[in-house]
Amino acid sequence: MIRRNKLSMPANIILLVCFAVVGIIFMLPLLWMLFSSLKTEAAIMGAPGVFFPDDYTLENFHILLTQIPFFRFLVNSFIFAGGVTLSSLLLDSLAGYAFAKLKFKGSSVCFLIVLISMMIPFQITMIPLYLFMNKMHVINTFAGLILPRLTNAFGIYFMRQSFLSVPNDLIDAGRIDGLSEFGIFFRIIIPVVVSSLSTLAVFHFMYNWNDFLWPMLMTSSQNMQTLPVGLALFQGEHTMQHGPMFAGAVLSILPILIIFLCAQKTFIKGIALSGIKG
Amino acid sequence: MKNRTLSSRYKRAGALMALPSMAVISLFIIIPIIYSLYMSLHDWNIMYNIKDFIGFDNYKEVFSDDRFWNALKNTVIYTVAYVPILVIASLLLAAFINEKFIGSGFFKSLFFIPAITSMAIIAIIFRFLLDGDIGYVSIMLRRMGFNVPDFLRDPSTAMGAVVLTSAWRWIGFYMVIFLSGFNSIPDSLYEAAEIDGAGKLRQFFSISIPLLMPTISFALITNLINSFQVFDPVYVMTKGGPMFSTEVLVYYVYYMGFNVFDMGYASSMAFILFVIILLFTLLQLKGFTKSETEGEYA
Repeated sequence: MIRRNKLSMPANIILLVCFAVVGIIFMLPLLWMLFSSLKTEAAIMGAPGVFFPDDYTLENFHILLTQIPFFRFLVNSFIFAGGVTLSSLLLDSLAGYAFAKLKFKGSSVCFLIVLISMMIPFQITMIPLYLFMNKMHVINTFAGLILPRLTNAFGIYFMRQSFLSVPNDLIDAGRIDGLSEFGIFFRIIIPVVVSSLSTLAVFHFMYNWNDFLWPMLMTSSQNMQTLPVGLALFQGEHTMQHGPMFAGAVLSILPILIIFLCAQKTFIKGIALSGIKG
Repeated sequence: MKNRTLSSRYKRAGALMALPSMAVISLFIIIPIIYSLYMSLHDWNIMYNIKDFIGFDNYKEVFSDDRFWNALKNTVIYTVAYVPILVIASLLLAAFINEKFIGSGFFKSLFFIPAITSMAIIAIIFRFLLDGDIGYVSIMLRRMGFNVPDFLRDPSTAMGAVVLTSAWRWIGFYMVIFLSGFNSIPDSLYEAAEIDGAGKLRQFFSISIPLLMPTISFALITNLINSFQVFDPVYVMTKGGPMFSTEVLVYYVYYMGFNVFDMGYASSMAFILFVIILLFTLLQLKGFTKSETEGEYA
């Protein structure tokens, strides 16, 4: 399957040089952010045409961590994205398994409902959803953030597809051994679909980690905001200082970037799912 | 006899496994979408505690609301600019990366990096980057002799800036989608074309493009749908301004719902948006059922 490199040496070098130029231009926003975060406020405002800092300083990071509850945002993001991911992996795969292997009375109607709800964008339901959450008094709580995302229609569909390719013999073997259906699911089936689960885990985690509109609607105080919401609202209200914002952007991208560089394959697969889901 | 009780046991287990998910989906997606239709038929303001049934008055008002038509127009402008830029740029990048030159793997990862970051954070960076006073891009362009405006404060350029920001975030992502499309094209086709003396350009247009058509149409329709839901970069970069030049539909829905608290009116606009997106989705569904039978999607 691997296509060997059939290009001539000059063609290789020309492409490499072209991509180096395009790559640098493409990365300019992130590089500029990184170097600006290490500049003094005076340098950012006074000499904005200078790309690299004259003297490097960590002052912006210090201001960021003392003026904004940055760690609080980070923890909130982890609880929100992590909570959604854990619960969704469990419920998505349970339902997906039922739709693939344990068809019950009305399961085709239920699956149709799942497919339909996959096509409904969140932006359409956000107003009634907000009112509903308001009525249940869970606005500005983790419960409010996580509840609507306990399961995910796309995740159910995706897991169903994975379970369809699991041979029925495995299930029968479990039944002969006297395992309950849940026992079969957790002890025999789940280990077979671990790679699908890890792809879905990356998808859920990244989607919610990066999400903006829902956590913005759901949170009303700074100590409940997630990273993107906290930083975006802070920059909207306080436009005077730029340095700490650069520092915040750097610190919020860094953890995900490190994980990405360690597990690129799972990452690219998991995030590619979000293109299907939209 | 024994068989029947067994199979009913399996069915019960299946129903039990699907139950929590069905409850969540009904409660947080199905009921809200029906409820939003119900709300749209009311004068519903949570600020003044108003909830009066008014039939289709909200819809009538929406259709004579200049600001709604402006938001729809801006959404269409965003879509018409964003979708082709994104699809063509990511397809071209994928075509070159697919040549597997030295270092192509590195560039694949590099272009993908924005796709792992939050659109809101990207929008913050680009807001600074395009700023007329401290933005590196504006300053460099001026230094090169271009008389550039303050991009985000000029109604004629603000939408372009938002489009480019979104495109930058998603290019690497669709490049990866297209690369997996390229991967499914057998090498033998290119080898045969080479023997016939077809150049790279000819191969691209005569082999790659036709065989990538399913992936291309997937990318087009998905982004058509996504464009109509755009919110994050608009909210962070321009808040719909200057002079409403970047106010898109979702932003106007958000504004009416959560700033003016006229939730009935906002719901009627949300429902109109739903109908528009539903039409696009039906397009996608056609490709979806087709790929379902072929056992492959994207």
